Amino acid sequence: MERLNKIWPPLAVLTAIVAVWWYVVVATESLIFPTPAQVVTGTMELVEDGSLWEHIGASLMRVGMGFSLAILVAVPTGLWMGRVDGAFRTLNPVFQILRPISPIAWIPVAILWFGVGNASPVFLIFIAAVFPMIVQTAAGVHTIEKRYLRAAENFGVSRSRLLRQVIVPAVLPEIIVGMRISLGVAWLVVVAAEMIALRSGLGYLIIDSRNAGNRYDLVIAGMIIIGLIGLALDGIMRLLEKLKVVRWRYGR
Amino acid sequence: MDAKISVNQIKKNFNALPVVDGVDFSVADGEFVAIVGPSGCGKSTLMKIVAGFERPDEGSVNIDGKPMTRPSPKGIVISQHGSVFPWLTVQQNLMFGLNGDQQHGEKAALADHYAEMVGLKGFENAYPHELSGGMLKRAEIARALVVKPEILYMDEPFSALDALMNLKMRNELLRVLSEERHTVLLITHDVEEAIYLADRILVLSARPTRIQASFKVEQPHPRKLSTPELQQLKENILSQLGL
Repeated sequence: MERLNKIWPPLAVLTAIVAVWWYVVVATESLIFPTPAQVVTGTMELVEDGSLWEHIGASLMRVGMGFSLAILVAVPTGLWMGRVDGAFRTLNPVFQILRPISPIAWIPVAILWFGVGNASPVFLIFIAAVFPMIVQTAAGVHTIEKRYLRAAENFGVSRSRLLRQVIVPAVLPEIIVGMRISLGVAWLVVVAAEMIALRSGLGYLIIDSRNAGNRYDLVIAGMIIIGLIGLALDGIMRLLEKLKVVRWRYGR
Repeated sequence: MDAKISVNQIKKNFNALPVVDGVDFSVADGEFVAIVGPSGCGKSTLMKIVAGFERPDEGSVNIDGKPMTRPSPKGIVISQHGSVFPWLTVQQNLMFGLNGDQQHGEKAALADHYAEMVGLKGFENAYPHELSGGMLKRAEIARALVVKPEILYMDEPFSALDALMNLKMRNELLRVLSEERHTVLLITHDVEEAIYLADRILVLSARPTRIQASFKVEQPHPRKLSTPELQQLKENILSQLGL
C-alpha cells in the first residue's frame, strides 16, 4: 500500500504528459511529430528486427568499458591523493582545470587520437567519469575521522591492513557516490559521442533515424529508451548504497 | 619497584600558549590512577602525550623505563566518542588489533571470548550502528582487552553515555578489571567517577596545567559513595578544584 502511494503520483504525471502530447499532435495535425501510439509501433519494429538490442548492447558495452577503466584509475589515484598531501597539492589543480571541460568538447580530440571506432566513445566516457570519481574519493579520504586513524595507529596494524580495513572501507561510501555521479555523466556522454561517428548505439539510432527519412517515431523511442536505461543504471548504483558495509554512512 | 608509567616534567605549548606546564607523576604496575581537572585545562592533551600520540616540548614519558615515542598496542586508548569502526562487525572490530600469525579461527574465538566477557554475546555479527551507546562502549573496551594491553588509557570514557549507563559501565569496568588486571590511567571531569574507580586521584590545575594535589583512595571495592569518608574526599577534591 505504501509502495503504491509512492508510485501513483509520478505515474499520474507521466500519464498526463503522454495525454497532452497525444492531444497536441492530433490537434495540430503534425505530419512529422509522432503520436505515442506511433512511437510504440516504431519501437516494436526495432524489437522485431533485433536492431534495438544491438544498439542498447553497443551503448552499454562502451559505457561499461569506459566506466570500468575510470574506476581502475580513479580509485587508486583518489586514495593516493587523499593520503599523500604532496600528491594532492600537485594533482588537484590539474584535475580541477580538466574537470569542467565538457566531455563533448573532447570529441574532436578523441576522433583525432582514436579514429571513429569504439575507442573514441570509450575514451570520452573515461574522461567524463574519471574526474568526479577522483575528486570524490580524495575528499572521502580527507573526511575520515581522526579517531579511527588514531585507533588504527594505536593497534599498530600494518600499512596493508590499514588500507584494507580502515581507509578503503571508510571511503567506500564516497566512492559509491562518485560512481553514481560518474555513471550518470557517462551515460549522457555515450549517447552524444555516438551521434558523431559510429554505426551503432542509441545515439546513432537517433541521428540515423532522423537522417534516413525523418523517422521521428524512432527518435522519440530512442530518447525514451535512453531515459529508462539511465534510470535503471542509477537504480543499480542505489543498490550498492544498501550494502551492509556502507549503510553506517547513509543510514542516519 | 620501577613505575609502569613515569611522566617527567612534561611541558607543551600551543602557539606560545602554555597548555601543560611541568606535569610530573608516575603510575605503578596494576594501579588505577584517575586524573581530574576543570574542562579545558589540557587533560586531553596530557593524555595524548602520555599515550604517545603527541610529543611534549619538554620532558619525557617512560613506559617500563623506556622512553615512549609513539603509540603502541601496549597501551590502548579508549576515548569519549569511541573509535569502534562502523564498517566492521563487532567480531571484526575485536579481531582488528590481533596482528599475530594466529589462525583466523583462533582470533575469532579470542574475540568471542571478550565479547562474552563484556556482555555482547549474540551481537558478534552486528554492525556498530545496530548497537546502543552502552553496547558500543563495551565493544570498544573488549577490542582493547583482546590485544592484552598492559595499560588502558581512558579519556572521559563514559561521559557521552546517559547517567544510568554511565553508572552501570563503572561497575562493568571494575568487574572486567577484577578478571584481568591492567594498569589504568583515567582522565575525567567527574569527581565521583574517579572516587568510585581509582586507587589514586591526581587533581590538575587550570591551564597551564600542573598537578595540584594527590589523594589516595583506600576503600575496597565495591565502594559506596555515600560513606562519610568518601563524601569528605569528594569535598576535598572539589575544594581543590575551586568549588
